[in-house]
Amino acid sequence: MLRARELGLERGGRQLFSGIELELERGQLVQVEGANGAGKTSLLRILAGLSRYGFSGSVERFTPQLFLGHQSAVKGLLTPRENLAWHVAGEAGFSAEAIDAALAAVNLYGYEDVPSHALSAGQHRRVNLARLFLTRAPLWLLDEPFTAIDRTGVAVLEARLLAHLQHGGGVLLTSHQPVAVAYPLLRLDLATGALQ
Amino acid sequence: MTSASAAGFCFRLVRRQLVLGLRRPVDLGNPLLFFAMVVALFPLGLGPAPDTLADFAPGILWIVALLSNLLTSDAVFRSDLEDGSLEQLLLAPQPLYFSALAYVLAHWLLTGLLLGLASPVFALMLGLAPAAIPALAFSLLLGTAVLSLIGGIGGALTVGLKRGGMLISLLILPFYMPVLIFGSSAVQAALNGTPAGPYLAILGALLCISIALAPMAIAAGLRISVDT
Repeated sequence: MLRARELGLERGGRQLFSGIELELERGQLVQVEGANGAGKTSLLRILAGLSRYGFSGSVERFTPQLFLGHQSAVKGLLTPRENLAWHVAGEAGFSAEAIDAALAAVNLYGYEDVPSHALSAGQHRRVNLARLFLTRAPLWLLDEPFTAIDRTGVAVLEARLLAHLQHGGGVLLTSHQPVAVAYPLLRLDLATGALQ
Repeated sequence: MTSASAAGFCFRLVRRQLVLGLRRPVDLGNPLLFFAMVVALFPLGLGPAPDTLADFAPGILWIVALLSNLLTSDAVFRSDLEDGSLEQLLLAPQPLYFSALAYVLAHWLLTGLLLGLASPVFALMLGLAPAAIPALAFSLLLGTAVLSLIGGIGGALTVGLKRGGMLISLLILPFYMPVLIFGSSAVQAALNGTPAGPYLAILGALLCISIALAPMAIAAGLRISVDT
């Protein structure tokens, strides 16, 4: 789904990582590991295609991707329903019912029409993650998806990841928390470049 | 994966921007209020003699329109960069050219269009001859669209900077000049009783070339600004 060769990145005169080789197949779950400042977010942005310059190596993308970054992309002036409808506007054909069902899946039922600025950071995050219940993109690049989410939310998210993987999707994520998905997990260590 | 058509996507983008704008009426009113206040300052500075004011009115109205556009161009992409909406837009499968055009269209609908429609009131404040008012309104409607397109380039290039305000002025003011020259000339021509049509046609031509080229520059600017 995704192939990266000889990826290296230098920031401010420091080599963050080098020689990263990654080949992501269908049904694979990869967790990128590294300390704060190791370049996890930078790697994801390179793989997503947001960073186009300033790194060495090459990235080939074979399938549509969904990238969810640190920022929730939620507009305070729009309701969760409007926010989510815009988030998925790039993909064709989602009914209003499907959008409401996705919001219900992340426990935002009853909040669909509340202006988002009245919601908490965790709820913004949930609006963002509701995309995972709609998108048809086979490859997900998730940057710290568990941040600001409570325990039940994490369980919902892990169940969704598992379902996606079992249907042949691929997931590459960064997380400081252990990922409790009953599924074989590959770890990519940014410091050494080892994938195991 | 099926993706939405570019036209449908752009329509939703324009609608989103309009909804956001209408839910913050302050942002809608600010450029108009700025316009009204600056126009009200001129009689204080130049003296209230109606003849003097009427002579300067075409230039004054056009310069204030330009400054009011400059004021808002800085903010077109800022909140979307800050909350991550912009990176999602860049990753969308639809061509960024049309998305950039949609942003500018929404910006123009919320600023230039309102300014053009309100301009007769400001023209009367300065004692502009009623015969020149249609030329003023038309030249502003055409010209502010060009200004919004050029301003979008500046906004896209400086959106990643903490204080882009001064830089954006330096970047785009030189490109505003042709619009100012032909816009105020159109009004002046109407005042003198000569046809304003040729000047409006040049503004229209500037608009055509801006529509063709500016979205490309905006798209490139956005990619650079998001690539940090």
